[in-house]
Amino acid sequence: MTHAIEIKDLHKHFGANKVLVGIDMLVEPGQVVCVIGPSGSGKSTLLRCVNLLEEPTKGHVHVEGIEVTDPDVDIDAVRRRIGMVFQQFNLFPHMTALQNVMIAQQRVLKRSKRDAEVVARENLEKVGVGDKCDSFPAQLSGGQQQRVAIARALAMNPDLMLFDEPTSALDPELVGDVLAVMRKLAEEGMTMLVVTHEMGFAREVADRVVFMDGGVIVEDGPPSQVIGDPQHERTRSFLARVLHPEGG
Amino acid sequence: MAELPRTAEPARARLSPRKKQRISRGIQYAVLIAALVGFVFYADWPSLAQNFAKPDVAAHALPDLFTIALRNTIIYTVGGFVLSAVFGLLLALMRLSTVRPYRWISAIYIEIFRGLPALLIFLMITFLPLALPGFEVPFGTYGQGILGLGLVGAAYQAEIFRAGLQAVPRGQIEAARSLGMSAARSQVTVVIPQAIRIVIPPTTNQFVALLKDSSLVLFLGVSGQYVELAKFGNDLASQYANATPIMVAGITYLIVTIPLGYLAGRLEKLKGTGR
Repeated sequence: MTHAIEIKDLHKHFGANKVLVGIDMLVEPGQVVCVIGPSGSGKSTLLRCVNLLEEPTKGHVHVEGIEVTDPDVDIDAVRRRIGMVFQQFNLFPHMTALQNVMIAQQRVLKRSKRDAEVVARENLEKVGVGDKCDSFPAQLSGGQQQRVAIARALAMNPDLMLFDEPTSALDPELVGDVLAVMRKLAEEGMTMLVVTHEMGFAREVADRVVFMDGGVIVEDGPPSQVIGDPQHERTRSFLARVLHPEGG
Repeated sequence: MAELPRTAEPARARLSPRKKQRISRGIQYAVLIAALVGFVFYADWPSLAQNFAKPDVAAHALPDLFTIALRNTIIYTVGGFVLSAVFGLLLALMRLSTVRPYRWISAIYIEIFRGLPALLIFLMITFLPLALPGFEVPFGTYGQGILGLGLVGAAYQAEIFRAGLQAVPRGQIEAARSLGMSAARSQVTVVIPQAIRIVIPPTTNQFVALLKDSSLVLFLGVSGQYVELAKFGNDLASQYANATPIMVAGITYLIVTIPLGYLAGRLEKLKGTGR
């Protein structure tokens, strides 16, 4: 069976700033992998290398057996199979929620308007914003916007989903709605790579937790190990800061 | 609560700030009223009316004021605007190109044409046939006027377009690309519709600027059927040795420019409400 994501010796430099220095990682189909770590550790960059929003400096990334780092690959075709959810939602502000979810189906998958609308309404319903179809993003709360963004990605029937700190820009009381949707996706067997600071979510939902620091993977294992019983000092001190921010 | 020590009644400064402000405002009104009274008493009203608002001279401006002069002003302006929009879009895309020489060419053009007085461009255009023997601007005088306005306007319009395209957040393109849209498709579906909304108010202002600059056609040595408002007013003023036609031309400009300026303001506010 092919791996959902296979990353080999991945490096990414921004000028002199070496953000990723040799990442090796596997994600199997149906797995939920949470990537945690301090800010600036390269988590988001790693995620963005998977669908080539960032061009790796060196190394290989395979998605469903296709090498995305191959210069001859049709990257648009690969991206179609990878859903991505951003910290800042990035909904298209000039379109309604429904249009946001329909547009790529129509333009990229060439679905008819009617089919696209059926799929869009289904997915908006699924993430709990079925009553907001005709609202523009500016009229929605952050939590609603992020759920529309998830529906937009799901409508493309992706093989896997990337989440780049999906709840970091949300007011605390709205985080739960988005996490609930992600939990439901995980239960349905969606392959998910999630960069997050939500330790509770990682502990309960993830099959594996990856702790990154300084552009390398420090620790990789089941949540009970990485969060429950971390082996490395760096992981321990990070978790201490995240779980007890008051210094208790 | 501890009592504050009372030092020599600080609130009783000679003039409180509020009192000072009231006096200052009183002085401003006094100056204004004095100026008005002076103007009303000392201005030579009959002479002013005779020179700037003579009804029979104004009557001579009709109907050519609208059928020829305003019509031509609009032809020059709209033509120049269309040319500057097309050329400006090309320059803006070059300015944002990943191919460096395109960026340089565009930047140089914009700097030059924004840095020169529009009048100088018009004077150059009149010398084009001398510089390039056998060359003739198509559509005669209309073509020359439109070319002049288009060349100057394109530099400003290019900057407006560039700013509009750059104002669309990077995350919008990333979202479009991650949904599998090609680079071109992302521009057409996601970036350009948002950029247009951003660009409309400054473009309206640019149209007003071109409308005013169309008066420079005067220096192309136009006559007869080709005159626009400024030239028309100036010719009539010479003919009657009276400034009334220039006033009439001025009012005609304002009839067009003030509503447009108001429209630009409205569009600007509309943009602020999102969508």
